[in-house]
Amino acid sequence: MNQVKSSGFTKQMARNMFYGGTVFFILVFVGLIFDSERRIPQRSNAQEITPAVVRGKHIWETRNCIGCHTLLGEGAYFAPELGNVYKRRGPDFIKAWIAAQPTGTPGRRQMPQFNLSNEQLNDLVEFLKWTGNINTEKWPPNIEG
Amino acid sequence: MQATTLKYQSQAVAKYYFVAALLLFTGQIVFGLTLGLQYIIGDFATPYVYFNQARMVHTNLLIVWLLFGFMGAAYYLIPEEAETELYSPKLAIMLFWIFLAAGALTVVGYLTVPYAKLAEWTGNDLLNTMGREFLEQPLPTKLGIVVVALAFLFNITMTVLKGRKTSIALVLLMGLWGLALMFLFSFVNPSNLVRDKMYWWFVVHLWVEGTWELILGSLLAFVLVKTTGVDREVIDKWLYVIIALALVTGILGTGHHFFFIGTPGYWQWIGSIFSAMEPIPFFAMTMFAFNMVQRRRREHPNQAAVLWAVGCSVMGFLGAGLWGFIHTLSPVNYYTHGTQVTAAHGHLAFYGAYVMVVLAIISYAMPMLRGREANSRRAQNIEMWGFWAMTLSMGVMVLALTGAGILQVWLQRMPTENAMSFMNTQDQLNFFYWIRLGGGVGFLLGLVTHLYSFFAGPGKELQTA
Repeated sequence: MNQVKSSGFTKQMARNMFYGGTVFFILVFVGLIFDSERRIPQRSNAQEITPAVVRGKHIWETRNCIGCHTLLGEGAYFAPELGNVYKRRGPDFIKAWIAAQPTGTPGRRQMPQFNLSNEQLNDLVEFLKWTGNINTEKWPPNIEG
Repeated sequence: MQATTLKYQSQAVAKYYFVAALLLFTGQIVFGLTLGLQYIIGDFATPYVYFNQARMVHTNLLIVWLLFGFMGAAYYLIPEEAETELYSPKLAIMLFWIFLAAGALTVVGYLTVPYAKLAEWTGNDLLNTMGREFLEQPLPTKLGIVVVALAFLFNITMTVLKGRKTSIALVLLMGLWGLALMFLFSFVNPSNLVRDKMYWWFVVHLWVEGTWELILGSLLAFVLVKTTGVDREVIDKWLYVIIALALVTGILGTGHHFFFIGTPGYWQWIGSIFSAMEPIPFFAMTMFAFNMVQRRRREHPNQAAVLWAVGCSVMGFLGAGLWGFIHTLSPVNYYTHGTQVTAAHGHLAFYGAYVMVVLAIISYAMPMLRGREANSRRAQNIEMWGFWAMTLSMGVMVLALTGAGILQVWLQRMPTENAMSFMNTQDQLNFFYWIRLGGGVGFLLGLVTHLYSFFAGPGKELQTA
């Protein structure tokens, strides 16, 4: 096998394969990203991204929610998936739950208290509601996320 | 043992980077244990340290110490490959302290200030970049990373330009420039979550399954050239084949993250097909390492470094290759996405591919940096104990997390009706989480053993001689 390699296949050929393959697949990738960009507005109902949704995303980020939860399956695996939490629990439960943290139940996983105002809670719920309507190819498999 | 000096004096700056890398690595593991405990005893360490804080510290320390390792490796390797002194050793030392201070301040910020306050104080409102997994760093830290990276790249690129241009050095440079380039996407945070996630992967995936593989390949090739004495022509050819396979599969392999985040459905085909081939470059790396060691033309006295290099090629294949493959096809990922299966893969891939390659280069270079070709037999034996303890403990952790993931999928994801809730499922996984914690403790013991090997003397037999 080494015989074949050293006689036929040279370092220069390997290098050309690397450069050629990389450039080709970068171009294909960029093309697909452009096409994805074109389709994302419709798949994500971008027209429904209200100022409240944008503010809600900001709350989501600045409280580091992703440090415990997943959102569309990405994040930490310590606390429940929240991409479909609006459908699973509804807006009132979400707000009451966040306001009641931490539970202080001995031995249970604890969520910090973020002291969010009612308006901030509403924004966060708007963000989660919008997120729940993204076309995720029917993921998650069931309501438990 | 005869005293060996460095071929190029400026290589000595690497020592700073390696020492910092090992210290931060230790910090990472301590926080990892905290997380492992919180998985079982939920309120452990609260309200002082919540899970999200400890996790930020755990993952960010990992990234930072690997970057320290890569930079140290570059400072060691580039002068030797280019056969010339580093362009500016002073700049390298200065950047070291800047990067270390920025990293330390960021971690202190995570642990002592509520994250929302940290965001407010550091100008997150000017440009929202925080609060996304692995990219939690405040804006000044992110800008600092860019400045340090550019100055570092300037330094090593100038060194290569004035010296010999080997394939290993060129591949390393391409990997490092690619790393810096892709990091710029950390400043892209569209308000549409789907676009946010898509560009987030430009950093995360195109780092670990793209540009970092170039760095991995070149570091592995360097250690193998030095320890086996095999002809460069042969090693370079392998290196180019490996990185060609890595990028040909890995670039479109990004699609395996675009299955269920709102991106178009065709990514399920593209992502499944190309990422299913991502184990191939890792398998080639395993073949490469064994082949070179088999064809070695010399017995290098530093056998610990060879063990790390070969170990890296095997564990990289298992973690990045095999454990990636088990959940990369979209019909499988539909059930495993965001479960403990992902955590299992993440741990073994990072350890096998990147932790081990950095430890390999440290193992090879550290003795040289301390004035000897290799450590004493006794110190090497202790280092090898560290290797096995860490590697086997990681194996235990990963098997436990895989078990947890499979049970989680079974209880929470598979049932179409009356599926178990997330938290009730977690209660069922405690058995696996205990085993994982045991693996974590074993890993820390292995790391302590490894660190001890740096201070271990030659032992009785040589002292009396």
